[in-house]
Amino acid sequence: MNLTRDRVVSPILFAIASFSITALFVIGVFIFVEGLPVMLRVGVWKFIGSSEWLPLEGKFGILAMIVGSITVAVGTLVVAVPLGVGCAVYLSEFASKRAVAIIKPSIELLFAIPSVVYGFIGVLFIVPFMREHFGGDGHGFNIVTASFVLGIMVLPVIVGISVDALQAVPKVYRDGSLALGATQWQTTTMVTLKAARSGILAGVILGMANAIGETMAVIMVVGNAVVMPNSPLDSVRTLTGNIALEMGYATGDHRQALFATGVVLLVMIMMLNTLTRYVTRKRVARQ
Amino acid sequence: MTRVHPKTKEFIAKMALRGIAAVVILTLVSIVGYVIVKGVAVIDLKFLFGQPRSMGREGGVFPFIVSSIYITVISLAVSIPLGLGSAIYLTEYRAEGWATKVIRFGIDCLAGIPSIVLGLFGFSFFVKFLHLSWSLLSGGLTVSLMILPFIIRSSEEAIRAVPQSYREVAFAAGGTKWQSVTRVVLPCALPGVMTGIILAIGKCVGETASVIFTAGTSLRTPQSVFDSGRTLAIHFYLLVRETGASDMAYGSAATLLIAILSVNFTAYYLMRRFLRRVS
Repeated sequence: MNLTRDRVVSPILFAIASFSITALFVIGVFIFVEGLPVMLRVGVWKFIGSSEWLPLEGKFGILAMIVGSITVAVGTLVVAVPLGVGCAVYLSEFASKRAVAIIKPSIELLFAIPSVVYGFIGVLFIVPFMREHFGGDGHGFNIVTASFVLGIMVLPVIVGISVDALQAVPKVYRDGSLALGATQWQTTTMVTLKAARSGILAGVILGMANAIGETMAVIMVVGNAVVMPNSPLDSVRTLTGNIALEMGYATGDHRQALFATGVVLLVMIMMLNTLTRYVTRKRVARQ
Repeated sequence: MTRVHPKTKEFIAKMALRGIAAVVILTLVSIVGYVIVKGVAVIDLKFLFGQPRSMGREGGVFPFIVSSIYITVISLAVSIPLGLGSAIYLTEYRAEGWATKVIRFGIDCLAGIPSIVLGLFGFSFFVKFLHLSWSLLSGGLTVSLMILPFIIRSSEEAIRAVPQSYREVAFAAGGTKWQSVTRVVLPCALPGVMTGIILAIGKCVGETASVIFTAGTSLRTPQSVFDSGRTLAIHFYLLVRETGASDMAYGSAATLLIAILSVNFTAYYLMRRFLRRVS
């Protein structure tokens, strides 16, 4: 009786475990089926290579939005990487055990703060600050503001993964370096950080993917103008923002063009994910 | 250029790193603190259990709290069995090989999909294709796809942390695989699994991008899962977009944060107990 049940369980669990990949497939099919026709009609290169987005006149070009997403993501990293990696190095190499026991979980707690709250803080503080001190065409709603908001938002991700990567470096590496007379700081920069490089890089790429995929927090602070940015103080629109802002009222070709924007977004994220895989695989191979 | 003594360098670096860590933590803590302090003044029983007035700019947030709970319960009801089942299969029933590789690849990719794209999918699949319309059911099912990878990973980790010898004892006592899983492994892994689930609750409650196009933004209190509803996070987003900072916005944000943080503190407490038991 028990053994028969055992034999039944395995295929059922297999079916359950296959759900994720099935769901992924169905998601891909639905997004592509809705998005590809209009993309092919306009021409793939024209769709991603033109920055003319006039949906009511049937002109669909999302280059300005692609550039918007990328500039905001790069700006996010400029803010988040030095702070995040610095904080991780401090936590893993220099802080006392008691400090780590308090700080690390509180940073992980912050991972759960809804992104809209970060956007709200941006609207409350960073937008007025930028408007008063830097001005620019976006009146405070610009790339730099969005980079700060998203930079703060992805900090917990980058700190968490970097601390894990640093702590995975065997203690003998550090001991060897210290025994040679190196200071703790020399050991950190010349040995530990080098050994943890790929893990930290994986965290940075994940942070970038989060920044590109974020929607509501960005909409709140980036201004959403469909233009090619000339300076970091310009307002831009991201791919995610384009979908969220127009989905509410779009119909027909326009709605399909938003699904096509989703296709481009999906491809960009998959490229970043593949990069993470490649980066972490190399580490495994080396060890 | 004068050469800086390594000891001096070390001192400067340590101070700089300490400064960076302090900036990071102070920023994050002050964000949470500011919103909660400003919002708590607004929160009272009338706010939590009252009906909204003038498009939600005044009055209470009761319908939005109910919608948030609906979305959370639906998505957990779907993703816990699927997630736990997947984790058990990957850890206990299948040796690492091509099958686990393909399944893991699927989980990784699913985890990477931006929530707005899941929202598009939820709209075309649940709302249109399955004719579920804008409803809490469509929203909850969409969110379940978002938290599924998360639940699988955390459950897998918890199950892997159970020592191999426990399983051997179960087999030695004549137990089958399924008996060893249900009576030995799962009870031991339970706190770890629970931690993952509780963290997922925070994600459900705070989610906006995928819910807005699947559950809609109706102001009424939902009567069933087939009704449209506005979650607290979406209400907060719409308020800030329309009116900027207002008492209602602070109150909604503080309610969200307090709910999520208290849930997360519970998870952290459970995790500590779990770690103590395993080690």
